[in-house]
Amino acid sequence: MTGLAWLLPGAPLLAALIGFFLPAPARRPAALIGSAGALVALGAAIALLVGDPVAGHVRLASFGALDVTLGVSVSPVAALVAVAVGVVALCVQVYSAAYLHSDRNYAPYAAQISLFTAAMLTVVVADDLLILLIGWEVMGACSYLLIAHDRSLPEAPAAAVKAFLVTRVGDVGFLLGIAVLAVNAETLDIGKVLAYDYSTGTLTAATLLLLAGVFGKSAQFPLHSWLPDAMAGPTPISALIHAATMVAAGVYVVARLYPLFGASDAAMAVLAVAAAITMLWGACCAMAATDIKKVLAWSTVSQLGYMTGALAVGSPPAALFHLLSHAGFKALLFLCAGAVIHAIGSNAIEDAGGLRKRMPVTFWTMTVGLAALVGIPPVSGFWSKENVLVQAEHAHGWQGRLILIAGLVTVMLTAWYSTRLWLRTFFGHYRGTAKPHDPPALMRLPLLVLAVPAALFGLLALGGWLGPKLGGDLLDLNSMTLVALFLAGIGAVAASAGASHTDPARYLGPLRPLFANAFYFDTVQDLVVVRPVKALARVTGFLDATVVDGAVEGVGTGSRWFGGLVNRLNAPGLPRYATAALAGVLLIAVAALATEVLR
Amino acid sequence: MILIALLALPALGALLAFLPGRTGRLAATCAAGLTFGLSLRLYSTDSGYWYEFDRAWVPALHLRFHLGIDGISWPLVVLTTLLTLLCCLYSLWKTPDNRLIGLLLALQVGLLGVFVALDLVLFFVAFEVVLLPMFAIIAGWGGPKRRHAARKFVLYTLLGSMLLLIGVVLVINQTGTADLARPAGTASLAAFVFLALGFAVKAPLWPLHSWLPDAHSEAPTVGSVLLAGVLLKLGTYGLIRVAIPVAPDGAREAAPVLAALAVGAILIGGLICLAQKELKRLIAYSSVGHMGFVLLGIATMTATGLQAALIGNLAHGLITGLLFFLVGALKDRTHTGELSELGGLRESSPQLAGLLGFAALASLGLPGLAGFWGEAFAVIAAAQRGWWLAAVLAAVGGALAAAYLLRLLRKVTHGPSTLKLTGPAGYELAAWAPLVVLTVAVGLAPLLVTGVTGPAVDALVEAFTK
Repeated sequence: MTGLAWLLPGAPLLAALIGFFLPAPARRPAALIGSAGALVALGAAIALLVGDPVAGHVRLASFGALDVTLGVSVSPVAALVAVAVGVVALCVQVYSAAYLHSDRNYAPYAAQISLFTAAMLTVVVADDLLILLIGWEVMGACSYLLIAHDRSLPEAPAAAVKAFLVTRVGDVGFLLGIAVLAVNAETLDIGKVLAYDYSTGTLTAATLLLLAGVFGKSAQFPLHSWLPDAMAGPTPISALIHAATMVAAGVYVVARLYPLFGASDAAMAVLAVAAAITMLWGACCAMAATDIKKVLAWSTVSQLGYMTGALAVGSPPAALFHLLSHAGFKALLFLCAGAVIHAIGSNAIEDAGGLRKRMPVTFWTMTVGLAALVGIPPVSGFWSKENVLVQAEHAHGWQGRLILIAGLVTVMLTAWYSTRLWLRTFFGHYRGTAKPHDPPALMRLPLLVLAVPAALFGLLALGGWLGPKLGGDLLDLNSMTLVALFLAGIGAVAASAGASHTDPARYLGPLRPLFANAFYFDTVQDLVVVRPVKALARVTGFLDATVVDGAVEGVGTGSRWFGGLVNRLNAPGLPRYATAALAGVLLIAVAALATEVLR
Repeated sequence: MILIALLALPALGALLAFLPGRTGRLAATCAAGLTFGLSLRLYSTDSGYWYEFDRAWVPALHLRFHLGIDGISWPLVVLTTLLTLLCCLYSLWKTPDNRLIGLLLALQVGLLGVFVALDLVLFFVAFEVVLLPMFAIIAGWGGPKRRHAARKFVLYTLLGSMLLLIGVVLVINQTGTADLARPAGTASLAAFVFLALGFAVKAPLWPLHSWLPDAHSEAPTVGSVLLAGVLLKLGTYGLIRVAIPVAPDGAREAAPVLAALAVGAILIGGLICLAQKELKRLIAYSSVGHMGFVLLGIATMTATGLQAALIGNLAHGLITGLLFFLVGALKDRTHTGELSELGGLRESSPQLAGLLGFAALASLGLPGLAGFWGEAFAVIAAAQRGWWLAAVLAAVGGALAAAYLLRLLRKVTHGPSTLKLTGPAGYELAAWAPLVVLTVAVGLAPLLVTGVTGPAVDALVEAFTK
């Protein structure tokens, strides 16, 4: 069974290695190898889910007393997340083959997806903090490579750099957090770290530092701004990043290390506040976004807030439940959006409209996805989101109330922007120029496959199968459910007013530019972080050239000048020697005379 | 005897390069290949010295010709022989000049001499032997301002050598022995300071680094590769092999200062890179930052830190060697190193762009590649030592490295390009491929290095903590 656990990251990694050596335009073999890697990983994940938990260790290196072990441990939670990763990765591989049918650099693209999958699966199965960090950061690098894939988009390189850099800044904290944990427990093994008895101060420091990395990866305020930009990458990549990898990693790691986080009040408080802000922030920005993918991107930010909120109120099972159901429906939504974009040749909601009849498959699958996003029974998102809200209601302390209120308001806003997107894309008149039609079979298939979990995944919780796997009780709906549904209804009705002939975002009035520009956060970030660092860099460079190196060059120039001077003094012609000698004699004579007189 | 052969082979190769025409070049390159093979054969995971050679050298002065190799020196010996071989192969096609290849081998004699010397005076002599061939390589085959750069390099490092010599004399006076295999460990703080200053110039430690960017930006590609790949390691190796063992008490006192300067180097190197406009200078300054991590690891004087330093040393040699090869190839094709004039490499030569991307990711310490281990564990070692501020600042330096390398990639590889550059030639790929493979191998299986260095480092730490 341990062999299966190694296969999880191993198979996609192998696929990636092969893929990097294929000639760049070789689309068919690259797609086949990439899909095969994802398929094998998916098979292994399913086998592990059915089987018992496994663990295995191989020593990788020793640094003094610290051993790094290539450790894997697959709990039911890890297996479930691995299944989600496998499904989404496979769908993305298949879908990409059709979506990027004329791409000249398909082989590295597919290999990068495989590497991305392998990195995420490494995080999922890692039983050593350093191995976890490897997967964690390789994901950042892969997101960079994939977001920059599209060469025709001028904004892609900047978005890619931003994604890598923002998460990397968070990872500074993550590495230091690992250092705190490892230095005290004198081990990097996750099992031993979780069992170690840290002092409160140490634990607070470690968890807060780790949270910085989590916030970066899971796009929590204030490290969220890379995620909406990241949709400059090809649409299947957005599906991959937003659903199964990258953003899921942060939430998963907090759940994995929950004994540490749960024991630190400060970490829980920070998490709760960030979750509440992130939820509302994402929802508000999604309301005014004009780009189909950007609406979905902001909705991811918002939904991630639910997950971290569930963690903050002490319920990792609820967080993981929402993580899994979100993985299904968000991947579906992005792939549907890709189909729409593919068909109308534009990202703008304004260029869509009336696509219901022209693209029936896309319409129905996207409807399922949006229903799950809003949380309409009986689709998956309903169950998982209700669970978060119920857990928040049951939680003690202000965190619970904060998450509950923010969560309920967000339910309403989510219903509003989802309805807007749905109506403006599929109803009314078609406003574009291209001839839209449903996508080819290879793109249609993943939509249909993903629609199944998006619709039915929640029923697993109903059947009582999922709860024990995630390690908690999942289903106790109560009156809060009705409140949430009522609020969702208000949101939907409000958005549908007049949506057939005008954009409901118009009714946001003065808030519209504020939301559309994401509260001008990028401008603030630029002013507060980017510019000062750049200025500091220029000053340092200048000082280095003038002061540090200037001193060195100055010594050189100075000695040459001094040498010249001494040389000149020592090598004058005979007349000047004579003059100098006479002048000396005169001087001595005057001095002698003067002393004589003064005496 | 095998150690004598290790030094004699490249020396013979350097002489063979005097043979006229192709014969000389090929014979010298063969000698480099044999040296590389020989260095691989030395492999072992034992603690203590695997091979030793000890003869009287100048009996009247008690000088001994004492050579030895152990887990600390072996990785660097292999790095030296590998990089020299690759540089010779590269030069065979790129600049087929017998004199250059002869100089490369002469340089190798000095470098290997430093890494296997176990007598302080012998160490110093080998340390100096390195200077002249390097001077000639820069001054003979460098860029337009090569004479200035070569002079600056030699004068600056000679200054360092003078300080080192004072240190050497102090050590021998105070401890009565020049033996490095079994150092008395009783030299004073002053001795440590002089030795450390000498090594700091070589490493280079901020603020004694300013010869490096000039030397790098003017040196020919093979010169840059060996300079960054091996010469800088003389400084860090010297600290581990000489300065700390002979004066452990002094080292402990000076360690916080060393750590502070190392952190300064990481941050300042990173910031300068962020504003740097020229490709080769940028990579030169990135070396200052990376060597800062190595020096931080050394400054902790713990087993973790020294392990991190040794693997960091090796990784920097591989990765920066590769980077200089790639940048050299790029400059050969575009005839400019100005970042503002470059761009669109992804369009004009996808293969070069891919390799440059790989090297940059490795250089920014991406986990899973060689550079990660040294930097991550330098941070952890600093934390272990209780130097939390240093750990935090060094980690921030890691983020800075990502910032400047991504900026570099964005300027060089992205954007439109109308040029059509020729892809990498066969000989170029042959020179780069081993570095790529080793970067991945050390990244995925660091035990390859830590397994060798581990016993030696444990013995070293035990010796100076007793």
